[in-house]
Amino acid sequence: MGGTEDSVGLKRIVFVTVGTTCFDALVKAVDTLEVKQELSRRGYTHLVIQMGRGTYVPTKQSLGEDGSLAVDYFTFSSSIANHLRSASLVISHAGSGSIFETLRLSKPLIVVVNEDLMDNHQSELAEELAERKHLYCAHPQDLHQVIAAMDLESLLPYHPGDAKPVAKLINRFLGYPDD
Amino acid sequence: MEKLNDCCWSIMAFVAISVTIFAIRLLYVLYLTGKPSRTKSSQPLSTLVVLGSGGHTAEMVNLLSVLQMDRFAPRFYIAAATDNMSLQKSRVFEDSLVHKNGVKGSTARFMQIYRSREVGQSYITSVWTTLLAIAHALWLMIRIRPQVVLCNGPGTCIPLCVLGIRWSSVFYVESIARVKRLSLSGLLLYRLHIADQFFVQWPQLQRKHPRAHYVGCLM
Repeated sequence: MGGTEDSVGLKRIVFVTVGTTCFDALVKAVDTLEVKQELSRRGYTHLVIQMGRGTYVPTKQSLGEDGSLAVDYFTFSSSIANHLRSASLVISHAGSGSIFETLRLSKPLIVVVNEDLMDNHQSELAEELAERKHLYCAHPQDLHQVIAAMDLESLLPYHPGDAKPVAKLINRFLGYPDD
Repeated sequence: MEKLNDCCWSIMAFVAISVTIFAIRLLYVLYLTGKPSRTKSSQPLSTLVVLGSGGHTAEMVNLLSVLQMDRFAPRFYIAAATDNMSLQKSRVFEDSLVHKNGVKGSTARFMQIYRSREVGQSYITSVWTTLLAIAHALWLMIRIRPQVVLCNGPGTCIPLCVLGIRWSSVFYVESIARVKRLSLSGLLLYRLHIADQFFVQWPQLQRKHPRAHYVGCLM
């Protein structure tokens, strides 16, 4: 996981995704100067934002000569998987779909918890996986600190589970032989 | 006067008998819940799959992909009326089965159900929509009469599971997103003994809910 910090001339994309939700706080956070500066300091060159149903529109920016980040955004895309694949770092909302899709592609991941949600059970999953060192967990207001402090080499790969144990129990319960 | 007394007595007797019958029925169902069906199955079982949005459907498809689909047929998929994505995903899954096994035509059917409450809906109007949702669930269950109900979270599954207690084996898989606390649907189905088997994906939850089976992560 991770990679060299200061590869020159290479495209290193940060992909931000909010899924089908509305998560302006995250889009705003990645659009702040401190987060963008921190990202370019860590060697990232492009910032691509999938902003979903949010209303906050980030400022587009082409690749600056002063080493500033190129910024692009879109609302929805049918090819989220391609964006994830081409990314060197993924910053995602806490939905389990986005989290596991990213982990399966072995991409370094920062999950940002949406504190505005009423029933905020989503942070449970992100915190548990952060404790197991599969990803970093952040909030919109401390995202730049997490980016500054993260050590991608220390993240552990996630081994996807499967539903075989459930299938076995269901089959047994219904009187089918396991095989 | 005596006639009135008689009348009172017969009403009370009627009520007492009804309550007793209901209690016996309830105890019987609770006793049977969680007991494996004794007869060895050889016939395929009609199966109702309740889908939820986003990650829920992905987890359900993961489960379906390891179940022997010839045992769980015909299959009925239900999602909330406002959720088109989930039925679309289950269609993709069914199509992949047809391609893989060359099964002649899929036996799957896809349906939508009214939701009792949309996000942000006021509580006053939700009384009416809840009644509508329950009536709709009852109608669907009478039509399908599934032998197996598979569900993993959305609130839509509650009326279907409650009605399913009569003639179905109900399997509930708590979502992977639930690490420390059960969802409201999960808690209801667990506490009321409605699910015949209850699965959780994190050991912390199993420690709090000993009747649940810990099965590790599905994703």
